[in-house]
Amino acid sequence: MSLFSRYRVLLPIASLTLLMAVTFYVQPRTLSYFGLNLLFNLAVPIALATIAQMLIIMVNDIDLGIGAFVSLTACVTATFLEQSPLMGTVMLVALIIAYALMGAMIHALALPAIVVTLGMSFVWGGLALFLLPSPGGASPTWLREIMTVKPPLIPMALVAACLIAGVTHWLIAHSGIGTVLRGIGGNAEAVRRAGWPLIRLKALAYGLAGLFGVLAGMTLVGLTTSADANIALRYTLLSIAGVILGGGEFIGGKVSPVGAVIGALTLALAASFLSFMRLSPDWQIGAQGAILIAVLAARLLFRRRDGARR
Amino acid sequence: MLEREAPKNPPLVTLTDVAKHFGAVAALKDVNLAIRAGECVGLVGHNGAGKSTLVSIINGSLRASEGRVEFPLSAADDALAAGVRSVFQELSLCPNLSLAENLRIAHTGMRGWGWRRRAGTEISQSLDALFPSHGIAAGALIETLSIAQRQMVEVAIRFAPLGGKPQLVILDEPTSSLDAGIANQLLDAVRRFCARGGAVIFISHMLGEIFRVADRILVMKDGRIVADEPADHFTRQGLVDFMGHVAAEPETLQTESRRELGEIVISQGGLQARRGEIVGLSGLAGHGQAEALATLYLDATSAWRNPGNPPMVFVAGDRKRDGILPLWSILNNMSLSLLSATARWGLVDQVSERRIGDEWKRRIGIRTESLSNPILSLSGGNQQKALFARALVSRAPIVVMDDPMRGVDVGTKQDVYALIRAEAAKGRTFLWYSTETEEVCQCDRVYVYRDGAISAALSGDELTEARILEASFEMQESSA
Repeated sequence: MSLFSRYRVLLPIASLTLLMAVTFYVQPRTLSYFGLNLLFNLAVPIALATIAQMLIIMVNDIDLGIGAFVSLTACVTATFLEQSPLMGTVMLVALIIAYALMGAMIHALALPAIVVTLGMSFVWGGLALFLLPSPGGASPTWLREIMTVKPPLIPMALVAACLIAGVTHWLIAHSGIGTVLRGIGGNAEAVRRAGWPLIRLKALAYGLAGLFGVLAGMTLVGLTTSADANIALRYTLLSIAGVILGGGEFIGGKVSPVGAVIGALTLALAASFLSFMRLSPDWQIGAQGAILIAVLAARLLFRRRDGARR
Repeated sequence: MLEREAPKNPPLVTLTDVAKHFGAVAALKDVNLAIRAGECVGLVGHNGAGKSTLVSIINGSLRASEGRVEFPLSAADDALAAGVRSVFQELSLCPNLSLAENLRIAHTGMRGWGWRRRAGTEISQSLDALFPSHGIAAGALIETLSIAQRQMVEVAIRFAPLGGKPQLVILDEPTSSLDAGIANQLLDAVRRFCARGGAVIFISHMLGEIFRVADRILVMKDGRIVADEPADHFTRQGLVDFMGHVAAEPETLQTESRRELGEIVISQGGLQARRGEIVGLSGLAGHGQAEALATLYLDATSAWRNPGNPPMVFVAGDRKRDGILPLWSILNNMSLSLLSATARWGLVDQVSERRIGDEWKRRIGIRTESLSNPILSLSGGNQQKALFARALVSRAPIVVMDDPMRGVDVGTKQDVYALIRAEAAKGRTFLWYSTETEEVCQCDRVYVYRDGAISAALSGDELTEARILEASFEMQESSA
């Protein structure tokens, strides 16, 4: 077996390194404390949303509502959490519980997650519009301070990315409960036969996804200082792309938290890189797609070579 | 029987007047059974005789419609707490996790720091005890293992302590994907386990194995236990008679007059096959037979352009992975290979599809009321028949079979052997990979694989179990 297929996370690292090298070549000024922070700080909420998506993909579902959900939590953060912290906290916790309940419902009624989450995305979107009909709100000061903190040597964005990767790696790849959750993606029937309550585990996976969605919304407001109801809609597709770029697969519980964070960084960087190339924004989405396809093709190529060798 | 049981300990499990209905169909009727510590019970019966239903009721994954299931020895409420473990025919491992992590899932009570190390030790010890020199690392992902190795891991997990002690282990066709050496290790381990006071229910279509391990044999037929006696009261022929299927002796087929073979139609990597020939691929599991078949098949059929009539068709052994389409009906599963041949203007010709389907249902004997039922409503053996039908309805001159008899009962096997002979006489070529020597002896010629290469080509009188084993092991013998 080659290195790449044994260590799922190597290919994402290689693609990020390559993209960074090209970016630094095109725009050498980005290779500085300030430049790196600017390149990557918007990657922090994307990384958190990607982790949320990964938790859902891990149990063989997919979440088409995460973008709307992050938008809603951003709106709650910019309004209630800023004005009355207690009320805001209660609302955010309620949203996490709602996510867990959604997971339990999807399991109990054997509904397709793709439909339920898409339907719920309109609920989240509607609530967000209700809270903030027009862009506005303000970031709580403490949140703003956290997101603009300047640690020595390494910029905040990279510290945060490492922190997210480390914590989620421990939670998913290392801890006992994370292993059981991945087991659901691999063979839910085996997990059920061993005596685990599947419905509670699914609720846990979705609840955790809700938690990371909330964190994504909060960090986003901390960076942008205001919110609007559509602020994070594109996160749905970005998060899916991030999981896949990071070496995850749609089914089978094969996910890598570290890879997912790297995938999110890659996507954020790809957008900046394309701007440096003076590509018109109209073409950027297409070019991002091309990068995604290139990485996936590389992955397929490595796997096929392994298959032939084995 | 009752007086025999009286003086001993209370049984591990008792079933009293148990029945199970699925809708109008009765899968089990009037089952009374007691299994004690130290017993090794062989369970035999036809596909669809109710074996799977019976063990599902014992292990608690199905609830009996009538009657009681109790665990008197442990006084536990459910099978899990009573130490009942099941090794299923469909593996219950998570392929994306390592051996240790899979053990963690089976061991719901495992907590605290260092669980990965503890789980790794537990699975390694269990593997070492069952299959000495297995060579599987505790950190390896299941998906990187061969199907035989997965089966070994599955068995090892169920025999591991898992925070308690296995009392009754149900083994459902545990050797179907193991080669003879590993299967022997398992049978020995089962005997040792029973000698130490464990109980085993051993389901197998290989009667030789049943007689080797079981000290008591249950015969099931049509949802009832029709015989329950110590093993030495039975003979092989007697067992087959009890199962109610008159199996022809394999030798009678062997002596059939030799067919005329045509020109060479396949020649690849030392493997040759003539028109109308049945060519076997044998050797120990995992020595390159399956890969040789896959390469051959994929090379022949992976063209971009649809050639109309496919040059080869494939009968899957791993039904779940590369056989059935689980959401489709039986008919759709069967007719898949002839859609392009019968379609008109790109539309399915439903009339001829139905006609051909009914004809093959009759010829191959698929037991169902209607071909419109979902494929999963069939028992494993009948699903396999549908897959045979899928291959044989096409006009492809070459049929590639990847251990297609896995978990298929004796009677069905005989039917299929006859069918294959008949089709070969019409000029079809069969390439048949099998892990069972008895099947391989049905072939005209056999290639024995060892370490990824052909080590012998046997035909005619040379084609005996002894010669095949010799060719599989020769290297080790001569170097020793």
